Amino acid sequence: MQERLTSMTNNSEFEEFYLNMGPQHPSTHGVLHLLLKMDGEVVTDVVVDIGYLHRGMEKLAEKRTYQANIALSDRWDYLSSMNNNFAMCLAVEKLMKLQIPKRADYIRVIMAELNRIASHLVLFGTYGLDMGAWTAILYGFRERERIMDLFESVCGARLTYNYFRVGGVSADLPEGFIEKTREFIKYFRKKLKEYDDLLSNNVIFKDRVKNIGIFSKEDAINYSLSGPNLRGSGIKFDIRKNDTYSVYNEFDFDIPVGSNGDAWDRYYVRMREMYESTKIIEQALDKLPAGEICAKVPKVIRPPKGEVYVRTEAPRGELGIYLISDGGTSPYRMKIRGPSFVNLQILQKVLKGWKIADVVAILASIDIVLGEVDR
Amino acid sequence: MKQLPGLEYIWLKLIEIFEKICSSLGIPYFFVFIIEKIVFGIILLIFICITVLFLIWMERKVSAHMQSRFGPMETGRWHGWAQTIADMIKLLLKEDIIPEKADKWVHRIAPIVIFVPSLMGFLVIPFEKNLIVQDLNLGILIIFAFSGIAVLSIIMGGWASNNKYSLLGGIRSAAQMVSYEIPLVLSILGVIMITGSLKMTDIVNAQSKFWFCFTQPLGFIIYLISATAEVNRTPFDIPEAESELVAGYNTEYSGLKYGFFMLSEFTNMFIVSAVATTVFLGGWMGPILPPIVWFLLKTYLIVFLLMWFRWTFPRLRVDRLMNFGWKYLIPLAFFNIFITGMFILLIH
Repeated sequence: MQERLTSMTNNSEFEEFYLNMGPQHPSTHGVLHLLLKMDGEVVTDVVVDIGYLHRGMEKLAEKRTYQANIALSDRWDYLSSMNNNFAMCLAVEKLMKLQIPKRADYIRVIMAELNRIASHLVLFGTYGLDMGAWTAILYGFRERERIMDLFESVCGARLTYNYFRVGGVSADLPEGFIEKTREFIKYFRKKLKEYDDLLSNNVIFKDRVKNIGIFSKEDAINYSLSGPNLRGSGIKFDIRKNDTYSVYNEFDFDIPVGSNGDAWDRYYVRMREMYESTKIIEQALDKLPAGEICAKVPKVIRPPKGEVYVRTEAPRGELGIYLISDGGTSPYRMKIRGPSFVNLQILQKVLKGWKIADVVAILASIDIVLGEVDR
Repeated sequence: MKQLPGLEYIWLKLIEIFEKICSSLGIPYFFVFIIEKIVFGIILLIFICITVLFLIWMERKVSAHMQSRFGPMETGRWHGWAQTIADMIKLLLKEDIIPEKADKWVHRIAPIVIFVPSLMGFLVIPFEKNLIVQDLNLGILIIFAFSGIAVLSIIMGGWASNNKYSLLGGIRSAAQMVSYEIPLVLSILGVIMITGSLKMTDIVNAQSKFWFCFTQPLGFIIYLISATAEVNRTPFDIPEAESELVAGYNTEYSGLKYGFFMLSEFTNMFIVSAVATTVFLGGWMGPILPPIVWFLLKTYLIVFLLMWFRWTFPRLRVDRLMNFGWKYLIPLAFFNIFITGMFILLIH
């Protein structure tokens, strides 16, 4: 990075200046540091500096038992803890070749999809905030609050759930959960229309985000984008469908895709994904089988020697876990392939030539969580 | 229907009594006149302070209810009415930080340069027929002249802070306010052509039959849009675009100086609404209720409209804002003037 910095400073043909955007800045969504080279309001070069939130998650994992690692996984991408738990448990189960009960699978899917909605609601709110529309965030959080209440009734926590277990889930659904969830879905579908009226179809908002920060199909693939960012560029790829895991193959849902690959497409793919998630949850609630919620698993988990890669569709994209076991009680090595970290890499290429106001629009549309970028 | 007597009735009675006493004491009329104006000015100043405190509270409450929240509820028991007072005290007690490399003098003066003109605007606003500090012949022109000075302060603040975000904010606002001043003045030109006077009371009196917002709808809309831009409120709050420029030109300001920027923002908002009321909504005129009540009602209606804009619209991008100003608003304003001129020609 130092070389890049010096090479940037050498070119002083025009009156250019440097702007440190972050690490403390209202719209870098955490502690991201963007060093922008500006020509007036236009960005001519950018260095993305990450790592302010580094906690050594992968190293920490090597010193923890598998159960404790689930609790740790809550802290990667703290807006979608359920999905992190999901990936973690799937990896260990695949290593142990564990068959888990149907009911546990369904509960997991319900939780993962609810969390996807909650996570996209945060994007909806913060995107509005970044574009200067202040009301969206409170609407988004109002609905998220109800999901948080549902989670709280299930596992007692509202942010770091630690709900999944190797072999199933930690507790059965409480009384009234199914009715409450159905009620929420009915309520939420109405609200989705309200969001469209308030923000998505607002003329100024569209003007701000349409044709901004276009990721071409080639770029999206070459930069290994995943999740809504990839689908926004018009590539129909969703791990839930294309490399299905758990019981996702039993549900009927669409994969929304964009056409231009601009910020608007990435945003709107997420809005439509929330609707698809409600469809999945509804079906899962209908089909929810009775029975055990957790398979018989030994108290001390010692997966056999071997390595495994599991990938899941987290709200932000492909969350993969590469796990090596040496037969002990904790992983020998665990590599986390986080979606935010990979998606963020395209920023350096895309930001050049846009205005500072668009920097915010593009960054927000990629939807990163710094906790997972820096790990 | 006849209006109830307003505050001006009491005010004129008081003046009459005061003048009688003074003339019996043998004090020259010149001094009496000055004392009257000073007293009026002080009352006005108190009124402005209360208005601003109320406006900030109102902004919070309006925004809260639009966002399904309550807003301040605790301070002062009844719906948090004392919240802004508490905030002002907090601002007074804050440390006043001047950045080390700032241009200290300019940095200090900037908040005053923005605050004083925003107060001066009140000079010519007719709350009632005779409830006006000085009914100048130039009336409305004075208001625009003073509001033009605000740009200067924002550039000063942005430049002197020696902060890149502030500078960007300053540059942006210079571009924005200069380009929106033009449609702002042009939008009112139509009204002035009809009344043939810049005097505020003349403009109000000309609306005894029709409010100008009905005869000049295009002018009214252009005025509202460019006024929103003039007072830097969403969707035109680009100089202080929070998510891009942190806080724009006032990033480096703290304590009372920040308070001055804040105060002037809200006084400007009130002035802009008061001008809209005077020029387009018939000022103090209306049935039954006392004139001052009508004036405040209409003004707060416009204030509410501005708040409504702020809490529902996203922010425009800076270049689109310029496009909109120069390519749409100014031609439309000229068109409005042209139409008005044609009508006047036809009638005479």
